[in-house]
Amino acid sequence: MSDVQQSAVRVDGADFRVWTAGSGPKVGVFAGFGGLLQWTPFLCKLAETRTVVVPSLPGFPGGGGRAHVALDSQLDWLLMVREILNGAALEGEDLIGISLGAALAADVTAIWPHKTKRLVLVSPLGICDGHAPIADPWGVTPQNLPALLCANPQALEAHQKMPEGADELEWEVSQIRANEAAARLLWPNGDIGLGKRIGRIFCDTFIVWGAADKVVPESHRPLYKNGPCGKVTERVLNGAGHQADFDCPDELASMIDDFLGN
Amino acid sequence: MKLMWFHLMPYTELPDDFREKNPGVWVDINSKLFDPARAHHMYNDFMDELEYAATCGFDAICVNEHHSNGYGLMPSPNLIASSLARRTSEAMICIMGNSLALYNPPTRIAEEMAMIDCISGGRVIAGFPVGTPMDTCYAYGQNPSMLRDRYYEAHDLIKRAWTEREMFSFNGRYNKLRYVNIWPHPVQKPHPPIWIPGGGSVETWQWCAEMDYVYCYLSYFGYKIGLSTMRGFWNEMERLNKERNPYRAGFLQFVGIAESREEAMRLYKEPAEYFYGRCLHIDPRFAQPPGYTTEATIRARVEGQVATAAKKATARGKTATEMQDIIDQGYIMIGSPDEVAEQLRHAAREMNVGHMMLLCQFGNMNKQLAAYNTKMFAERVLPQVRDLFDDEWEDHWWPTPIPTPERAVPDAALDGSIAEAAE
Repeated sequence: MSDVQQSAVRVDGADFRVWTAGSGPKVGVFAGFGGLLQWTPFLCKLAETRTVVVPSLPGFPGGGGRAHVALDSQLDWLLMVREILNGAALEGEDLIGISLGAALAADVTAIWPHKTKRLVLVSPLGICDGHAPIADPWGVTPQNLPALLCANPQALEAHQKMPEGADELEWEVSQIRANEAAARLLWPNGDIGLGKRIGRIFCDTFIVWGAADKVVPESHRPLYKNGPCGKVTERVLNGAGHQADFDCPDELASMIDDFLGN
Repeated sequence: MKLMWFHLMPYTELPDDFREKNPGVWVDINSKLFDPARAHHMYNDFMDELEYAATCGFDAICVNEHHSNGYGLMPSPNLIASSLARRTSEAMICIMGNSLALYNPPTRIAEEMAMIDCISGGRVIAGFPVGTPMDTCYAYGQNPSMLRDRYYEAHDLIKRAWTEREMFSFNGRYNKLRYVNIWPHPVQKPHPPIWIPGGGSVETWQWCAEMDYVYCYLSYFGYKIGLSTMRGFWNEMERLNKERNPYRAGFLQFVGIAESREEAMRLYKEPAEYFYGRCLHIDPRFAQPPGYTTEATIRARVEGQVATAAKKATARGKTATEMQDIIDQGYIMIGSPDEVAEQLRHAAREMNVGHMMLLCQFGNMNKQLAAYNTKMFAERVLPQVRDLFDDEWEDHWWPTPIPTPERAVPDAALDGSIAEAAE
C-alpha cells in the first residue's frame, strides 16, 4: 500500500480532499462513479512509477460536502473543476479520467487546452449518441449498479464496503450523495455537450475501453477517438468492464504507464 | 369533514399475466398494451364517473397527474379538469395536481389553473406535488438533483403570477422571464387554495406549515399504514405551534361498499386484486433516483409512497395482492355502509384528517360498479360522516367560488338564429 498523503483545496468555501502518493512525474486522476472511498489497487500500481494526485470532485467522497448543488450548468462544473486542479497543482500535468471523471477531464482539457499535458480517458462519458444511448446507471437498483459498472463487481463492492467502526448512516449518505453528484452532471443520458468541444483537445490522448463495458456502447468509441485534434491512441482492455480501474487495476495502470512513459 | 371523490384513471385492460411478463407499470411499461380505441371508452367512462360523483353530493372531484403510467391515464389533469369545470356545477375541482418542476415556464400552470378557476367560477383546488420519481425524473427527464429547487422556484413564480396585478420580471435560478403578466387571473383571491400531496418528508410538513397549505398523504395502503405518517405530521405541527385543525390535512382512501361485507368482498375482489397486483407492479429501478429524496429525509429514515410500493413489489410473498390480504392489511375499507362509515370515522379521527379523498373506482372496476359504489357511499356513508369535525373546526383551505346564482351556466340552447344574435 502506498503512503498516501491527504491535503485539501478550498474552492468557493468548500474543501476538496486531495490524496497524493508515489514519486516521479506527476499525474492527476479523476475517479469514476461513486468517487473514491479509499485508496485503490489501481492507484497503488500507478504510484509505483508516478506521483499520483487524486482530487475529489464536487459531491463525491471528500468533495466539499454538497458542493455539487451549487453547480447548475456545465460551465459551473468546469470552473470549479479547474479551480480544484489548480489548487492541487495539476496545471500543465498529465491527467487521467475514468468514466464520468473522464467526461470532466476531457471537457476541462477542451476548455483550457494548454493546461493539460497529456490526457488519458478510461471509458469516457460525456457524448450522447441518440441512436444508442449509454446504459442508464440510474435505471438499475443500487444493488445492481456494481454489476453494470464492472465485469468483476466484487472488487467495487469491496471498495464500497463500510469500514469497521464507520457510521452506517453517514456512509450510506456519502454514497447516495456521490450518486446524486453523478446524476447532477450526467442526467439523463450522459450528454454534457462534450461532443461540441472535443475538437479543442490538442494534446496527446490515450483512450482505454473495457472490452466488457456494459455502459458505453461500442458505437460510441469513434466519437471519442475521432474527436480530438491531437494524436489519439486507443486500446481495448480484455477482462475489464466500464470501471476498468476496479476490474483490471494492474493491467490498466501498466497500459497508462506505457503511454505516459517517462 | 369534506368527502372528495378521486379518480386515478387506471388502464382497465392490462393482461392477466401483466405482472409476470412486464417489469413494471411505469416508465417502461409496454406501449403495445395501450389500445387507443379502448382508451376512448375508458376516458369517457372515467369522466362519466367523475361527473356522476359530482351530482351525488361529494364535496369535490379530484384528478391527478402521471406520465408513462398504466394506472394513471392523466398526463394532463388540467384537460380533464377543464371539461369537469363545464360539466359540473357545485362540486369543487381538486387538481391534485401539477408537478411544478416539469413545466417551462411554470407560468403555464398559473395560466391553466387560472383558466379553470375562471371557467368553474372559482371552484379550483390547486395541488402542487413535487411529482413521483417515475413521472418527473424518468418519464420527463428532470434532473433529480435539481428537481426540488426547481419545484420551489416554480411555486414562487406561480404564486406571484397569481397575486401580483402589476407585470413583473422574474430572474430565478431556473426560470428567467422578462415579462410575467398572466391572463387570465384566478377568480379566487388571493389565489385558489394550495394543497401539497407528499410522502413523509419532514421538510414538506414544515413547508406546509410555513406556507399554511394543506398537506395530503395520498396513500395506497390505507389508514393503518398512513397513521404513522399522519402522526408524524401532527407531531411536527405541534412542534411548530400550529393548531390541530384537521382541515390542514388530506388523506386518500380506497372504499368498497355493498349491502353486506360478503357482498362487498365478492364485488370488489377483482378490481382490488387488479389494482394491487397489476397497477402497483412498480419496478424498484425507478423508485429512488439519487437526489430525489433529500439527505434530511434519508437521515430521518422516512420512505416515500412510491419507494414503499416498489419495495413491496420486490418482496415476493409479502405483497398484498390477494383480496383477503388487501383487506387484512387495511388497504381498502370494505363492507356495508355502516361498517365503512364506522371505519372512516375511526380513521379520520385517528389521523385527524378533515379532507378525505375516496377512491370509489379502482383497478379495472367498470363504470356500473363504480357508480354503484359511489352512490352507496354518497347516500349511506357520507351522511354518517359528514358532520365530523365541523362543530370544532373551520376549513380555511376550501375554495371560495362565485355564489351559484352569479355563475355562468353552460348554454345548450344556442341555435344560431338572428333573433338570438340581436338580443
